[in-house]
Amino acid sequence: MLLLIPLIPFLGFLINATIGRRWPKSLSGGVATAAMGLSFGVAAMQVWHLWHLEPVHGVRAIEQTVFTWLQSDTLTIPLAFRIDPLSSLMILVITGIGSLIHLYSTEYMHEETDSEFARYFSYLNLFASFMLVLVLGSSFPVMFVGWEGVGLCSYLLIGFYYAKPSAADAGKKAFIVNRIGDFGFILGMLLIFALFGTLNFQDVATAVSQLPTEQHWGLITIATMLLFLGATGKSAQVPLYVWLPDAMEGPTPVSALIHAATMVTAGVYMIGRNAVLFSHAPETLGIVAVVGCVTALMAGTIGLVQNDIKRVLAYSTVSQLGYMFLAMGVGAFAGGIFHLYTHAFFKALLFLGSGAVIHALHGEQDLRKMGGLRKELPITYWTFLIGTLAIAGVPLFSGFFSKDEILWKTYESGHIVLWVLAVLTAFLTATYMFRLVYMAFAGERRGGAGAHGHADAHGHAAAAQGHGPDAHGGGHLHDAPPAMAIALIVLAIGSVAAGYVGVPHVLKGDNRIESYLEPSFVAHGAGAAETAMVTGGEGAPAEHALAAEASAGEHGGSSMEMMLMIFSVLVAGAGILTATYFFKWKPEAADSVAASMSGVHSLLLNKYYVDELYNAIIVQPIKRVSTGVLWKGVDAGMIDGTVNAVGLVVRGWSAVLRRLQTGSVRAYAMSLFVGVVVIVGYYLSAWVR
Amino acid sequence: MQRSDFSAIVPVLIVTLSACAVMLAEAFRRKHEEMPLGWLGVIGLVGATASSILLWNSHLVGFGVVAADNFALFFNVMICAIGLLTIFLSMGTAERDQLPVGEYYTIMLFAIVGMMLMGSSKDLLVIFLALEIMSLGVYVLTGIKRTSEAGAEAAFKYFVLGAFSSAFFLYGIAFTYATTGTTKLDELGLKIASTSAEPNLLVILAMVFLLVGFAFKVAAVPFHMWTPDAYQGAPTLVTGFMSTGVKAAAFAAFVRVFLAAFEPLRMDWVPVLSAIAGLTMILGTVVGVAQTSVKRMLAYSSIAHAGYLLVGLVASNAAGKAAILFYLVSYAITNLGAFGILAALSSPDRPHDDIRDFAGLGQDRPWLAGLLTIFLLSLGGFPPTVGFVAKWYIFNAAVQEHMVALAVLGVLTSVVSVFFYLRIVVMMYMVDETAPGHRPVVPVMVFVGLLLAVAGVFYLGVLPGRLLSIAASSVASIF
Repeated sequence: MLLLIPLIPFLGFLINATIGRRWPKSLSGGVATAAMGLSFGVAAMQVWHLWHLEPVHGVRAIEQTVFTWLQSDTLTIPLAFRIDPLSSLMILVITGIGSLIHLYSTEYMHEETDSEFARYFSYLNLFASFMLVLVLGSSFPVMFVGWEGVGLCSYLLIGFYYAKPSAADAGKKAFIVNRIGDFGFILGMLLIFALFGTLNFQDVATAVSQLPTEQHWGLITIATMLLFLGATGKSAQVPLYVWLPDAMEGPTPVSALIHAATMVTAGVYMIGRNAVLFSHAPETLGIVAVVGCVTALMAGTIGLVQNDIKRVLAYSTVSQLGYMFLAMGVGAFAGGIFHLYTHAFFKALLFLGSGAVIHALHGEQDLRKMGGLRKELPITYWTFLIGTLAIAGVPLFSGFFSKDEILWKTYESGHIVLWVLAVLTAFLTATYMFRLVYMAFAGERRGGAGAHGHADAHGHAAAAQGHGPDAHGGGHLHDAPPAMAIALIVLAIGSVAAGYVGVPHVLKGDNRIESYLEPSFVAHGAGAAETAMVTGGEGAPAEHALAAEASAGEHGGSSMEMMLMIFSVLVAGAGILTATYFFKWKPEAADSVAASMSGVHSLLLNKYYVDELYNAIIVQPIKRVSTGVLWKGVDAGMIDGTVNAVGLVVRGWSAVLRRLQTGSVRAYAMSLFVGVVVIVGYYLSAWVR
Repeated sequence: MQRSDFSAIVPVLIVTLSACAVMLAEAFRRKHEEMPLGWLGVIGLVGATASSILLWNSHLVGFGVVAADNFALFFNVMICAIGLLTIFLSMGTAERDQLPVGEYYTIMLFAIVGMMLMGSSKDLLVIFLALEIMSLGVYVLTGIKRTSEAGAEAAFKYFVLGAFSSAFFLYGIAFTYATTGTTKLDELGLKIASTSAEPNLLVILAMVFLLVGFAFKVAAVPFHMWTPDAYQGAPTLVTGFMSTGVKAAAFAAFVRVFLAAFEPLRMDWVPVLSAIAGLTMILGTVVGVAQTSVKRMLAYSSIAHAGYLLVGLVASNAAGKAAILFYLVSYAITNLGAFGILAALSSPDRPHDDIRDFAGLGQDRPWLAGLLTIFLLSLGGFPPTVGFVAKWYIFNAAVQEHMVALAVLGVLTSVVSVFFYLRIVVMMYMVDETAPGHRPVVPVMVFVGLLLAVAGVFYLGVLPGRLLSIAASSVASIF
C-alpha cells in the first residue's frame, strides 16, 4: 500500500508526459490533480492505520519492502518504504498541500498552451512522486533517489519559462549549488556505510546508540557534517542559500510547493530522520544551530528591503528554514519538524496569495507598483493576512506555537546568544511581512495594472491578456477564480488550525505533536533497549534522556517559559507596529530612514553582495582554470586546434597527411611516450632505493 | 585435439562464420540490391549468445589458450549484446549515412570476434592477436566513411598511435617471456608469485608495458589523446560501438592479466594505477565541461568512465571485481543508447553534433528527447537508473579498501560531470529551435534498439541484484 503513495503521482507523470500533451487542459490538469488527491487519500488511510497500531518496541511504524534493490555480499538495500510518526506527518503535508497547489495551478497556468500545460503538470507530479520517495525511504540510498529526483524536477520547473534568460540562469544556479550539497550527501552516505556497515536508518540509529557521544571531531562528526552540507544545499542555508531567491523565476505555484512547503524542507527532515546520529555529534549540532540562526537573521534583514513580492517571500522562506535548523541544532527535533509543518501551510498560502496578486495584475511583481488591493481582491487579502499573522507569530495562529517552541527550546538549552538573534529575527519577520501587506494591499494603487505586458514570471499571461478588456490601467481587477480561491481558503484554515496540535504545556495544552513525533528521534530495536526509551502507559517516552531532560526543564521553567512567550508576543507586536508606522502612517519616514542609512540599505538591497562575492572568488577562477588551462592549454592546444581546423583548412588527403606529419600525431605519441617514461622512471627510482 | 577444444570456441566460431556470410553476401550483391545483411549478423550474434549461455559452468578450455570459463562467457554475452544493439541502431541509419553497409557489418563482426577472444584468452600472445583483430577492425570502421575527411584523419591517427601502443604491449610480452619463460597466464601467475618478494626489474618493466597497452585501449590518461579525435571523426554509430565494445574487451583482458597473473605484484601496480585512475577521472570530467561538440563531450565522458572503472580495478576486492563487470554492462547499454540517438538524429544537412543542434528537441521529438534524457542521467549517475547503481558499487568497493581519496574524487567528478550531461537536457527542453534543417525520420529498428537499451537502464537500475551476482560468480571463475 505504501508503494501506491508515490506510484500514483508517478503514473500521473507518465500519462501527462506521453499522451497528455494532446489532451485539453481540463483533462491533463484533472488527471494530475486527481493523482495527487488519490495519493493523499491513500496516505491518509495509511496514517489512520498507523495511529491505531500497537507500538512495537515503543514505536509505531508500517514498513513495506517492495524488492531487494542493491545487493552485494556486504550490503543489502531493499527498496523499502516506511512510515513512522515523522514520515507520516511529511506525507500528509506533501500530498495534502500538493493537492491544493495542483488544484490552484489548473487555474493559474491556464494561459499556457495545451502541451506546455501538460508538461508543467507532468513535472509537478514527478516532483511529488520523488518527494514522497524521499520521505518514505527507509534507507539512505532510497532517500537519495528522491533527493536527486526532486532536485532535477525543481531544476526543470525553475527553468519552466525558459524563454527568459534569467529563468534559465536561475535553473542552472540551483542545479550547481545543489550538486555541491549532493557531493556532501553521497560522501556522508559512503562514510556512514564504512562506519556502521548499514545504510538503513533504523539500523544506523541502533548502531550509533551503542557508541558514546562524540565529544570532539571524530568520524561521526565528519559524517554528519557531510550530510549537513547536503542539507544546506537542498534547504538553502548559509553558505549555499543563494539559489533559492533566484528560484522564484519559476511559476508561482512551484515556488509554493517546491521552494516553500516541501522540497526545501528535505534537509530538515533528513536531520530529523537521523536525529540519533546527529545527537551523537554535538559539534555538528552546534554548527547546525549557528548556521540556522545566522541564515535566519541574514535572510530576514535582506527581506526587509526587497521590492519583488516573491523575493520577499523567498528570503522569508530561507529565514524560516533557518529557524528549523536552529531547532534541530539545539536538539529540539520535534520543534523543528513542528515548525516545518506549520510553515508548509502558511508559506504555501502566502506564495499562492502572491500568485493571485500577480495573476490579477497580469504579471506585476513589484511591490512599489501595487497598493490598494484590499478592496479589489478581498479573498486574496484576507487569506494573505491570515498567513502573515501566522508567520509573524501572532497568538492563536499556527506560527505562534511552533516558533515559540523553537525560541523556548533554544533558550532552555542555554544558547542565549542564539536566542537573542532568533528573537531579533522574529521582530524582523513581523516587520517585513507587514511591510509587504501594507505595500501590496493598503492605500491606493501605484502604477498601472501592468497592461504594458510586463515581461515577468507571468509573462505568458501578460502577453495573452494584454489586449483583454480588463487590462487597461487602473481598471477593475479579478479576484482569485474558484479553483485558486478554494486552495487559498483551505490553506488559510490550515494556517490557523495547524498549530493546535502543538499547544505547549504551559498553555494547558498537551503538546501532542511532540509526544507523537518523539519516538522517531530515538533509537529502537533489541540492541538499543538499554539506551532507548521504555514504553510508558500511553506510548509516551518515559526514560529517554532527551525527553527526561526536556520534561524536567518544562516543570522547572514553566514560569520562565510563560514570560518568554509573552516577551516574544511583544516582539512580534513591536515588529508589526514598526511596519505600520513606516509603511502605513508615515511612508515618507521609511524613505528618510533608508536615505540616512544608505550604506546599510544598499548593502541589504544587494543581498550583502554574496552573489558577486561567489562569482569573483569561486566561479570565475574555476572557469579560467577549466577553459584556460586544462582545456585550451593541455588538451585543446594539442587536440582541438587540429580538429577544429579540419573543416576550415584541410581539403583532400594531401592536406590531411601534411597535417599529420607536422602536427598533432607526433604530439600525441610524445605524450604517450612521456607517460611511459614517467611510469618507468617511478619504478626505477623505487628500484634504486 | 579433442571435441572440447572446439566446444570452447563455438561462440567465436559462430560470429566468425556470420562475418564470412555477410562478406560473401556482399560480394554477390548486385548494385542497389536490398539484402538483409544486418540480420545475418544478428543471427550470428544470437547464436553466439545462446552457445555462450549453454557453455555456462562448463569450464572448458580450447587448445590450452582459449577459455570458456564463466568470465569469458560473461564477456561473450556482453559483447554480443553490444553488437546486437549496434546493429539494430544501424539498421536504416547506416544506409542513410551512406556507409558501405556490407563492409560495415563484416568488419564490425570481425572486430567482435577479436573482442570476444580478448575476454577468453589465457595466453598473452593470443591476447595480442585478439587485440590486433579487434583494433584493425576498429581502425577501418573509424574511417569507413570514405567521403569524410575528419573520419580519415581520425582513423589514421588512431591507427598510428594504436600501432605505437601495440609495440609497447608486444615488448611487455617479450619481457615477460624473457624473465619467466612462458606467456601462459596460469603459469605466469605461479612464476610471478614465487618471486614476488624480490621481483626482477624486467618483470616490472613487462608489467609497465602491458599496463600501457591496456591503458591506451581503455583511454586512460595520459594515453587518452587519440580518444576525442577518433570518437569525433568516426561515424557516430562506430563511436558508440568502439566506446563500449573496445572498452569492455580491453577491461576483460586487463582484469585477467592484472588481477590474476600479475596479482602477486599488486602492491607495485596499485600506486601507479591509482594515480592514472585519479587523473583520468579529473581530466575526462573537467575538459568534458568545456566541450561544445556532443560527440567530443561523450568522448571525454568515456575517458572519465574509464577512470571509474580503473577505481574498481584498483580496489580489486570481490566487490570491486564484480563492480567492474557490472559497470561495463551499465556503461555499454547507456552509452549505446545515447550514441544511437545521436546517429538517428544526424542527417547530411544537419549533423546534429554541436550542442546547439539539440535546441528544441523536446518539442520536436518528445520521445527521443525523453530517451536521451534518461541515457544522459544514467551516464551522470542519477538514481534510479543503472548508472547510479554501477557507480555506487564502484565507490563502495573503494571505500571498503580504504581508498577514500579515490572515492572522494570519484564522487566529486561524477557530481561535476552531471553538469555537462544536463547541458544537453537544458538545450532540448529549455531552448527554442534555432538551427536550420529538419531532423530525419527514425527507422523502426532503431526505436526497437533504443527501447531495449532504456529497458536495460531501468531494469538494471531497479533490480541490479541478479546481474551483479552473475558478475560476481563469473569473475570468481578466473581466480
